[in-house]
Amino acid sequence: MAKGDPGVTTRGRRAAPRSKQATRADGPELVQLLTPTGERIESATGPDGTEYRVDFTDEEYRGLYRDLVLVRKLDAEATALQRQGELGLWASLLGQEAAQVGSGRALRTQDMAFPTYREHGVLYCRGIDPIMPLGLFRGVDQGGWDPNEFKFNMYTIVIGAQTLHATGYAMGVHMDGKTGTEDGEAVIAYFGDGATSQGDVNEAFVWASVFNAPLVFFCQNNQYAISEPLERQTRVPLYQRARGFGFPGVRVDGNDVLASYAVTRHALDNARLGQGPSLIEAYTYRMGAHTTSDDPTRYRIASEVEAWQAKDPIARMKAFLTRQQIADESFFAEVDEQARAESVHLRERVLAMPDPAPVTLFDHVYPHGSPELDAQRAQFTAYLESFEGSAH
Amino acid sequence: MATETLTLGKALNNGLRKALENDQKVVIMGEDVGKLGGVFRITDGLQKDFGDQRVIDTPLAESGIIGTAVGLAIRGFRPVCEIQFDGFVYPAYDQIVSQVAKMHYRSQGKVRIPMVIRIPYGGGIGAVEHHSESPEAYFAHTAGLKVVTCANPQDAYVMIQQAVASDDPVVFLEPKRRYWEKGQVDLDAPLSAAYPLHASRVVRAGTDATVLAYGPMVRTCLDAATAAAEDGRELEVIDLRSLSPLDLGSAYESVRRTGRCVVVHEAPGNLGLGAEVAARITEECFYSLESPVLRVTGYDTPYPAARVEEEYLPDLDRVLDAVDRTFGW
Repeated sequence: MAKGDPGVTTRGRRAAPRSKQATRADGPELVQLLTPTGERIESATGPDGTEYRVDFTDEEYRGLYRDLVLVRKLDAEATALQRQGELGLWASLLGQEAAQVGSGRALRTQDMAFPTYREHGVLYCRGIDPIMPLGLFRGVDQGGWDPNEFKFNMYTIVIGAQTLHATGYAMGVHMDGKTGTEDGEAVIAYFGDGATSQGDVNEAFVWASVFNAPLVFFCQNNQYAISEPLERQTRVPLYQRARGFGFPGVRVDGNDVLASYAVTRHALDNARLGQGPSLIEAYTYRMGAHTTSDDPTRYRIASEVEAWQAKDPIARMKAFLTRQQIADESFFAEVDEQARAESVHLRERVLAMPDPAPVTLFDHVYPHGSPELDAQRAQFTAYLESFEGSAH
Repeated sequence: MATETLTLGKALNNGLRKALENDQKVVIMGEDVGKLGGVFRITDGLQKDFGDQRVIDTPLAESGIIGTAVGLAIRGFRPVCEIQFDGFVYPAYDQIVSQVAKMHYRSQGKVRIPMVIRIPYGGGIGAVEHHSESPEAYFAHTAGLKVVTCANPQDAYVMIQQAVASDDPVVFLEPKRRYWEKGQVDLDAPLSAAYPLHASRVVRAGTDATVLAYGPMVRTCLDAATAAAEDGRELEVIDLRSLSPLDLGSAYESVRRTGRCVVVHEAPGNLGLGAEVAARITEECFYSLESPVLRVTGYDTPYPAARVEEEYLPDLDRVLDAVDRTFGW
């Protein structure tokens, strides 16, 4: 799906949207182009004066809505699969769909993404089969995909480690001479609010800054690192940390897919043009548990969750599309049906995933093998064969 | 044949220069590796000749060095990372163990991390704390890494090039107290015909006992063998060279002849390489052994203050004492 560029033209949309500075209307200062009630804001100004706007066709607006619904439904299916014992674990993105779809759709084909373990929505927007990460959560593999084929690195479980990988990759982009033009390459590193306390993330900030790496740090601040609230990680708004490292930072309404898109596209394009790194703090909320092993009722109250429910990313997009008559009930029904069908298809394929043969655990430790492992593999194989024909 | 007399440090420098010449994707990165040429001058002159995009002075953070090198490797580069001293590798330990070592495995062979992590290691130079450690067992214990160490200038020159050319992540341990020792180096020897990287080598033939060592202790053990010969005892000394994978073929063959074996390393004995070597030799050579395999190692203490390091480190006398004990069993 080709998306319109931000900041290009201003077509008079139906309801004469207004412009505004990043305001405190919603609590924290953030860039917002679509209010929780679905009111469209023409443009918003970031802390450094950048004016953010989007100019989508109706088809593109509908496409974003479709993405949001699809990734939520597939995510819910994965949660259900875990509850039924078909996945060992699932890290749900519920509530963070807009941050992921907005930033994911802002990536250009040549851009590279470094996810955490929760970026199922970004993965979907890269055009990748949503089955790809489920082997990891089912326990039949540990990723197993080629980052360069999909322009999407393997999931990284160790918190923040991937931000350094993204930084090194971005340094490589620069060294390959792939920056400085409009068709240059940019890199995006995803991480969460908890990760901002990690040494690796702070080192990545330093490296990206001094090497002027073409990199966007995309922090989904979902307010909790498992049970620990944001206040345990920081005393300043996270986006403000960028200033200390020498690059721009902006906070965006992470439940607003339009603003998430505009801010990310702007940052990526700056990076590919050789203007260096930036930090985006997507202010959002993890509506579900950290993972299926977590119990959020132990550390947060229902009224807080309800307050965020009112800022739901899909509901506001639906309200906007309806009010502007960009989509009607038949469209919404068709999207729901597509989501249902894709989730059924996903389920069927998860259930059909075979367990790996035990001897494969010796595979791929080294590119060209190892005499010690070859010996262990032979020993293990002989051991297994010793049971053949026995009752055990 | 262009044979020159070089120090071990200069041989490494020449080897790195060759690696940079042979492959445009090779980049050297680390603290002070550029203008300064590294605190031990191992990268001396390389930034001047290859530019600051090939020889990169990094910010002062070891996890950042290794973590960004992972990203460069995914992008198709061959990073050669310098960790300034053994005791400073630990901030990078997570990236090495959880990322570098596992990337090929997790990706089912789709991502290679052809990275070299150079670490000057070991004691004997009168340094302050954190500058004299022997961390090899941590890395040899980690699947997915290969670990090698050189003991003489010729090996230094060849092995560093082999490590850079390898598709594996290689922890390359440099015996810092031997940096200034000289030897003949054949600078034109083709890599394709070189002695294999992951093979041990008999460096002195003998018939009475087998002494296994690597890195800085090879010289110590050769000196011990010279002294033993004066007493009429012929020690066979084997330089292990590769610590992961271990190549003990020549050691098995030797111990079956001598019936006695001593393993020597600077690192503490508890769960050190010597323990693994002793276990394997016992398993393979049980009926040939005249005595248990003995270990001569650093003690199970933190590396001590410099004024007592000579007592901590295995030396000629402790090696000979252990050999004597194998005869007295």
